[in-house]
Amino acid sequence: MSHDNDMPDGELLVILRHGPHGSSWLREGLDVALVAAAFGRRVSLLFMGDGVLALLAGQGTGALGQKGTAPTLEMLEMYDIETLWVEAEALARFGLDEHELMLAPQALTAEAIAHAVETHPRVLTF
Amino acid sequence: MRYAILLMGAPYSDQASHSALRFARALVARGHRLEAVFFYHDGVYNAARLAAPPQDEPHLVDGWVALHDDHGVALQVCIAAALRRGLMDAREAARHGKEGHSVAEPFELTGVGQLVDLGQRCDRLVTFGP
Repeated sequence: MSHDNDMPDGELLVILRHGPHGSSWLREGLDVALVAAAFGRRVSLLFMGDGVLALLAGQGTGALGQKGTAPTLEMLEMYDIETLWVEAEALARFGLDEHELMLAPQALTAEAIAHAVETHPRVLTF
Repeated sequence: MRYAILLMGAPYSDQASHSALRFARALVARGHRLEAVFFYHDGVYNAARLAAPPQDEPHLVDGWVALHDDHGVALQVCIAAALRRGLMDAREAARHGKEGHSVAEPFELTGVGQLVDLGQRCDRLVTFGP
């Protein structure tokens, strides 16, 4: 669990609240994060609610033939997006352990999430 | 203050577009500068030049165009989100071998980089979504 004092000073917080299938929210949100990072912004990513499911390893593209988001997630490091957070409450709700997730995100309490939203000058939610 | 709006809701499906347009009008009425509206996700449908709502409903597309004409608000449409939804200007239509085009000036097809730039340049970036 993270506490207030070890938050890096990101410029843009992108919150992803949708799972990898069923809508294009996750993909289009990730696109914004990648472009912002490519433009030199310090981007933090927070997976909340259904969004935490994006981090389950071994995801295929799904029956609908839409592009999977796992390959995009694997590119985050290349774009220097290294601040990856996941909502602790959502993990508990889905019965997931943070160690089961790809990319080793850090779990945040509701309080820490509030602090992250407060300390980033810009927040975009998808 | 300098504002920008990020609109991600489809017109007439969600309240988001109506709220965003009313917010935009309120901003300029109060003397603020609205730099741009960035249309993303299903919000790109707000740029459909063929939109023909019943006459007793607000005409969203005309509303955005009026904001541009009267207050110089840039109307920026994410090109990637637009193309896959069948929204393109004459240039993109020619490039993709399509017969007609569904987006016209003053809407401009642009990249997500513009959204990032707006976030930097403006004092406030306000999101409207479903």
